[in-house]
Amino acid sequence: MHLVNFTPWSALAGGALIGLAAALLALCCGRIAGISGIAGQLLTRGTPDRLWRIAFLGGLLAAPWLLRLVSDSGTTPHSAASPGMLLGAGLLVGLGTRMANGCTSGHGVCGLARFSLRSLVSVASFMAAGFLTVWLLRHVWGGA
Amino acid sequence: MKSRAAEAAIAALCGLLFGLGLILSGMTDPARVQDFLDPAGSWNPSLAFVMAGAIGVAVLPFQWLRRRQRTLGGAPLQLPASHGITPRLVLGSVLFGIGWGLAGFCPGPALVGLGSAWQPALIFCAGMLGGFGLFSLLPGRPG
Repeated sequence: MHLVNFTPWSALAGGALIGLAAALLALCCGRIAGISGIAGQLLTRGTPDRLWRIAFLGGLLAAPWLLRLVSDSGTTPHSAASPGMLLGAGLLVGLGTRMANGCTSGHGVCGLARFSLRSLVSVASFMAAGFLTVWLLRHVWGGA
Repeated sequence: MKSRAAEAAIAALCGLLFGLGLILSGMTDPARVQDFLDPAGSWNPSLAFVMAGAIGVAVLPFQWLRRRQRTLGGAPLQLPASHGITPRLVLGSVLFGIGWGLAGFCPGPALVGLGSAWQPALIFCAGMLGGFGLFSLLPGRPG
Protein backbone atom coordinates (compact mmCIF):
# COMPACT_ATOMS: atom_id res chain seq x y z
CA MET A 1 0.00 0.00 0.00
CA HIS A 2 1.16 3.51 -0.77
CA LEU A 3 -0.86 6.70 -0.36
CA VAL A 4 -1.54 8.88 -3.41
CA ASN A 5 -3.21 12.28 -3.76
CA PHE A 6 -4.42 12.13 -0.18
CA THR A 7 -6.22 15.43 0.50
CA PRO A 8 -7.87 15.12 3.93
CA TRP A 9 -8.77 18.80 4.38
CA SER A 10 -10.49 19.42 1.06
CA ALA A 11 -12.15 16.01 1.44
CA LEU A 12 -13.52 16.97 4.86
CA ALA A 13 -14.60 20.42 3.66
CA GLY A 14 -16.26 19.06 0.52
CA GLY A 15 -17.93 16.38 2.61
CA ALA A 16 -19.21 19.04 5.01
CA LEU A 17 -20.81 20.89 2.07
CA ILE A 18 -22.49 17.65 0.98
CA GLY A 19 -23.74 17.10 4.53
CA LEU A 20 -25.00 20.69 4.67
CA ALA A 21 -26.92 20.21 1.40
CA ALA A 22 -28.46 16.96 2.68
CA ALA A 23 -29.38 18.55 6.04
CA LEU A 24 -30.94 21.63 4.39
CA LEU A 25 -33.06 19.54 2.03
CA ALA A 26 -34.30 17.42 4.94
CA LEU A 27 -34.87 20.37 7.31
CA CYS A 28 -36.67 22.59 4.78
CA CYS A 29 -38.34 20.13 2.41
CA GLY A 30 -38.43 16.91 4.42
CA ARG A 31 -36.70 15.12 1.53
CA ILE A 32 -33.76 12.76 1.33
CA ALA A 33 -30.89 13.97 -0.85
CA GLY A 34 -30.38 10.65 -2.60
CA ILE A 35 -29.14 11.22 -6.12
CA SER A 36 -30.18 7.85 -7.59
CA GLY A 37 -33.68 8.19 -6.15
CA ILE A 38 -34.12 11.80 -7.24
CA ALA A 39 -32.94 11.04 -10.79
CA GLY A 40 -34.44 7.55 -11.10
CA GLN A 41 -37.89 8.50 -9.87
CA LEU A 42 -37.95 11.45 -12.23
CA LEU A 43 -37.96 8.89 -15.04
CA THR A 44 -40.61 6.69 -13.43
CA ARG A 45 -44.19 7.08 -14.56
CA GLY A 46 -46.59 8.44 -11.96
CA THR A 47 -43.98 10.10 -9.73
CA PRO A 48 -45.51 13.13 -8.03
CA ASP A 49 -43.54 16.27 -7.14
CA ARG A 50 -41.28 16.40 -10.16
CA LEU A 51 -40.43 20.10 -9.81
CA TRP A 52 -38.10 19.91 -6.80
CA ARG A 53 -36.29 16.91 -8.37
CA ILE A 54 -35.65 18.82 -11.58
CA ALA A 55 -34.50 21.83 -9.56
CA PHE A 56 -32.10 19.74 -7.44
CA LEU A 57 -30.58 18.05 -10.50
CA GLY A 58 -30.33 21.44 -12.22
CA GLY A 59 -28.30 22.74 -9.28
CA LEU A 60 -26.10 19.64 -9.33
CA LEU A 61 -25.41 19.94 -13.06
CA ALA A 62 -24.80 23.69 -12.76
CA ALA A 63 -22.12 23.26 -10.07
CA PRO A 64 -19.16 22.71 -12.44
CA TRP A 65 -20.27 25.67 -14.61
CA LEU A 66 -20.56 28.00 -11.65
CA LEU A 67 -17.16 26.94 -10.38
CA ARG A 68 -15.62 27.58 -13.79
CA LEU A 69 -16.94 31.17 -13.68
CA VAL A 70 -15.02 31.95 -10.51
CA SER A 71 -11.89 29.86 -11.06
CA ASP A 72 -10.37 27.79 -13.81
CA SER A 73 -8.35 25.67 -11.43
CA GLY A 74 -9.58 22.40 -10.01
CA THR A 75 -8.49 18.84 -10.51
CA THR A 76 -8.62 17.25 -13.94
CA PRO A 77 -10.58 14.01 -13.66
CA HIS A 78 -9.19 10.76 -15.03
CA SER A 79 -11.02 7.71 -16.25
CA ALA A 80 -9.20 4.49 -17.12
CA ALA A 81 -12.34 2.66 -18.25
CA SER A 82 -13.14 1.88 -21.89
CA PRO A 83 -16.47 3.12 -23.35
CA GLY A 84 -17.93 -0.39 -23.15
CA MET A 85 -16.84 -0.72 -19.53
CA LEU A 86 -18.35 2.71 -18.70
CA LEU A 87 -21.65 1.75 -20.32
CA GLY A 88 -21.81 -1.60 -18.49
CA ALA A 89 -20.81 -0.03 -15.18
CA GLY A 90 -23.46 2.65 -15.63
CA LEU A 91 -26.07 -0.02 -16.27
CA LEU A 92 -25.12 -1.87 -13.07
CA VAL A 93 -25.12 1.37 -11.05
CA GLY A 94 -28.51 2.45 -12.44
CA LEU A 95 -30.16 -0.90 -11.84
CA GLY A 96 -28.44 -1.61 -8.53
CA THR A 97 -29.11 1.75 -6.89
CA ARG A 98 -32.81 1.61 -7.81
CA MET A 99 -33.11 -1.97 -6.48
CA ALA A 100 -31.39 -0.92 -3.26
CA ASN A 101 -33.38 2.34 -3.04
CA GLY A 102 -30.23 4.39 -2.68
CA CYS A 103 -26.57 4.99 -3.40
CA THR A 104 -23.60 6.72 -1.78
CA SER A 105 -25.72 9.78 -0.97
CA GLY A 106 -29.10 8.35 0.05
CA HIS A 107 -27.75 5.38 2.01
CA GLY A 108 -24.15 6.51 2.59
CA VAL A 109 -24.78 10.06 3.84
CA CYS A 110 -28.48 10.49 4.71
CA GLY A 111 -29.15 6.89 5.77
CA LEU A 112 -26.11 6.60 8.01
CA ALA A 113 -26.87 10.02 9.53
CA ARG A 114 -30.39 8.71 10.29
CA PHE A 115 -28.86 5.56 11.85
CA SER A 116 -30.82 3.41 9.37
CA LEU A 117 -29.95 -0.29 9.59
CA ARG A 118 -31.00 -0.80 5.95
CA SER A 119 -28.52 1.87 4.90
CA LEU A 120 -25.73 0.35 6.98
CA VAL A 121 -26.33 -3.02 5.27
CA SER A 122 -26.40 -1.32 1.86
CA VAL A 123 -23.18 0.64 2.48
CA ALA A 124 -21.37 -2.45 3.77
CA SER A 125 -22.55 -4.39 0.69
CA PHE A 126 -21.59 -1.83 -1.96
CA MET A 127 -18.27 -1.04 -0.26
CA ALA A 128 -17.37 -4.75 -0.10
CA ALA A 129 -18.38 -5.24 -3.74
CA GLY A 130 -16.44 -2.11 -4.77
CA PHE A 131 -13.24 -3.15 -2.94
CA LEU A 132 -13.43 -6.65 -4.41
CA THR A 133 -14.12 -5.35 -7.94
CA VAL A 134 -11.17 -2.93 -7.94
CA TRP A 135 -8.89 -5.62 -6.50
CA LEU A 136 -9.91 -8.02 -9.28
CA LEU A 137 -9.69 -5.26 -11.90
CA ARG A 138 -6.26 -3.95 -10.93
CA HIS A 139 -4.47 -6.86 -9.30
CA VAL A 140 -5.90 -10.05 -10.74
CA TRP A 141 -6.86 -9.22 -14.33
CA GLY A 142 -4.18 -6.51 -14.38
CA GLY A 143 -5.99 -3.47 -15.71
CA ALA A 144 -4.99 0.10 -14.92
CA MET B 1 -43.00 23.60 2.50
CA LYS B 2 -46.02 25.62 1.45
CA SER B 3 -45.09 26.74 -2.01
CA ARG B 4 -43.76 24.44 -4.70
CA ALA B 5 -41.66 27.25 -6.11
CA ALA B 6 -40.01 27.83 -2.72
CA GLU B 7 -39.38 24.11 -2.38
CA ALA B 8 -37.80 24.03 -5.85
CA ALA B 9 -35.61 27.04 -5.04
CA ILE B 10 -34.27 25.35 -1.91
CA ALA B 11 -33.79 22.09 -3.81
CA ALA B 12 -31.80 23.91 -6.51
CA LEU B 13 -29.57 25.48 -3.85
CA CYS B 14 -29.09 22.08 -2.19
CA GLY B 15 -28.21 20.47 -5.53
CA LEU B 16 -25.68 23.21 -6.19
CA LEU B 17 -24.09 22.88 -2.73
CA PHE B 18 -24.04 19.11 -3.16
CA GLY B 19 -22.28 19.41 -6.52
CA LEU B 20 -19.76 21.96 -5.23
CA GLY B 21 -19.04 19.63 -2.30
CA LEU B 22 -18.42 16.71 -4.66
CA ILE B 23 -16.04 18.79 -6.79
CA LEU B 24 -14.19 20.32 -3.81
CA SER B 25 -13.75 16.91 -2.22
CA GLY B 26 -12.22 15.51 -5.42
CA MET B 27 -14.89 12.80 -5.70
CA THR B 28 -15.77 13.83 -9.25
CA ASP B 29 -12.50 12.15 -10.32
CA PRO B 30 -13.20 8.42 -10.86
CA ALA B 31 -9.49 7.60 -10.49
CA ARG B 32 -9.56 8.94 -6.92
CA VAL B 33 -12.63 6.88 -6.09
CA GLN B 34 -11.02 3.74 -7.51
CA ASP B 35 -7.85 4.56 -5.55
CA PHE B 36 -9.97 4.60 -2.38
CA LEU B 37 -11.22 1.12 -3.29
CA ASP B 38 -7.63 -0.10 -3.81
CA PRO B 39 -5.87 -0.44 -0.44
CA ALA B 40 -3.65 -3.13 -2.01
CA GLY B 41 -2.30 -0.59 -4.52
CA SER B 42 -2.30 3.19 -4.77
CA TRP B 43 -4.56 3.87 -1.82
CA ASN B 44 -6.26 7.24 -1.39
CA PRO B 45 -8.26 7.40 1.87
CA SER B 46 -9.89 10.76 0.95
CA LEU B 47 -13.35 9.26 0.31
CA ALA B 48 -13.57 8.17 3.95
CA PHE B 49 -12.94 11.78 4.97
CA VAL B 50 -15.66 12.99 2.60
CA MET B 51 -18.12 10.55 4.20
CA ALA B 52 -16.99 11.57 7.69
CA GLY B 53 -17.38 15.27 6.88
CA ALA B 54 -20.83 14.78 5.34
CA ILE B 55 -22.19 12.52 8.08
CA GLY B 56 -20.58 14.70 10.77
CA VAL B 57 -22.54 17.73 9.55
CA ALA B 58 -25.77 15.86 8.79
CA VAL B 59 -26.08 13.64 11.87
CA LEU B 60 -27.42 16.21 14.34
CA PRO B 61 -30.05 17.71 11.99
CA PHE B 62 -31.21 14.22 10.96
CA GLN B 63 -31.43 13.00 14.55
CA TRP B 64 -33.33 16.14 15.53
CA LEU B 65 -35.72 15.59 12.60
CA ARG B 66 -36.19 11.97 13.64
CA ARG B 67 -37.61 13.07 16.98
CA ARG B 68 -39.53 16.02 15.59
CA GLN B 69 -40.93 14.24 12.48
CA ARG B 70 -41.65 17.61 10.86
CA THR B 71 -39.72 20.05 8.71
CA LEU B 72 -38.79 23.53 9.95
CA GLY B 73 -41.98 24.77 8.27
CA GLY B 74 -44.07 22.11 10.04
CA ALA B 75 -44.68 19.82 7.04
CA PRO B 76 -44.43 16.04 7.45
CA LEU B 77 -41.17 14.36 6.41
CA GLN B 78 -41.16 12.40 3.14
CA LEU B 79 -38.94 9.58 4.32
CA PRO B 80 -38.46 6.37 2.36
CA ALA B 81 -40.81 3.62 3.46
CA SER B 82 -38.76 0.97 5.22
CA HIS B 83 -38.84 -2.47 3.68
CA GLY B 84 -36.52 -4.14 6.15
CA ILE B 85 -33.35 -5.98 5.16
CA THR B 86 -34.36 -7.71 1.92
CA PRO B 87 -32.41 -9.78 -0.63
CA ARG B 88 -33.22 -7.04 -3.13
CA LEU B 89 -31.49 -4.44 -0.93
CA VAL B 90 -28.32 -6.53 -0.71
CA LEU B 91 -28.32 -7.68 -4.34
CA GLY B 92 -28.96 -4.14 -5.58
CA SER B 93 -26.18 -2.75 -3.39
CA VAL B 94 -23.74 -5.42 -4.63
CA LEU B 95 -24.59 -4.67 -8.31
CA PHE B 96 -24.10 -0.98 -7.58
CA GLY B 97 -20.75 -1.69 -5.85
CA ILE B 98 -19.50 -3.69 -8.85
CA GLY B 99 -20.39 -0.88 -11.27
CA TRP B 100 -18.90 1.70 -8.88
CA GLY B 101 -15.63 -0.24 -8.74
CA LEU B 102 -15.47 -0.84 -12.50
CA ALA B 103 -15.84 2.82 -13.46
CA GLY B 104 -15.23 4.84 -10.28
CA PHE B 105 -18.53 6.69 -10.78
CA CYS B 106 -21.53 6.76 -8.49
CA PRO B 107 -24.66 8.71 -9.53
CA GLY B 108 -23.77 12.13 -8.01
CA PRO B 109 -20.29 12.55 -9.51
CA ALA B 110 -21.52 11.06 -12.81
CA LEU B 111 -24.21 13.76 -13.06
CA VAL B 112 -21.70 16.50 -12.18
CA GLY B 113 -19.49 15.10 -14.95
CA LEU B 114 -22.51 15.16 -17.26
CA GLY B 115 -22.96 18.83 -16.31
CA SER B 116 -19.44 19.59 -17.46
CA ALA B 117 -19.97 17.50 -20.63
CA TRP B 118 -17.05 15.19 -19.77
CA GLN B 119 -17.18 12.30 -22.22
CA PRO B 120 -16.61 9.35 -19.83
CA ALA B 121 -19.42 10.71 -17.62
CA LEU B 122 -21.73 11.07 -20.62
CA ILE B 123 -21.19 7.43 -21.56
CA PHE B 124 -21.60 6.28 -17.96
CA CYS B 125 -24.83 8.30 -17.59
CA ALA B 126 -26.23 6.72 -20.75
CA GLY B 127 -25.62 3.31 -19.18
CA MET B 128 -27.12 4.48 -15.87
CA LEU B 129 -30.23 5.68 -17.69
CA GLY B 130 -30.49 2.21 -19.22
CA GLY B 131 -30.18 0.73 -15.71
CA PHE B 132 -33.01 2.93 -14.43
CA GLY B 133 -35.09 1.76 -17.39
CA LEU B 134 -34.23 -1.88 -16.72
CA PHE B 135 -35.36 -1.43 -13.12
CA SER B 136 -38.76 -0.17 -14.21
CA LEU B 137 -39.23 -3.49 -16.05
CA LEU B 138 -38.62 -5.53 -12.87
CA PRO B 139 -41.70 -7.12 -11.35
CA GLY B 140 -42.90 -6.38 -7.84
CA ARG B 141 -41.47 -2.96 -7.15
CA PRO B 142 -40.62 -1.75 -4.58
CA GLY B 143 -39.02 -4.39 -2.43
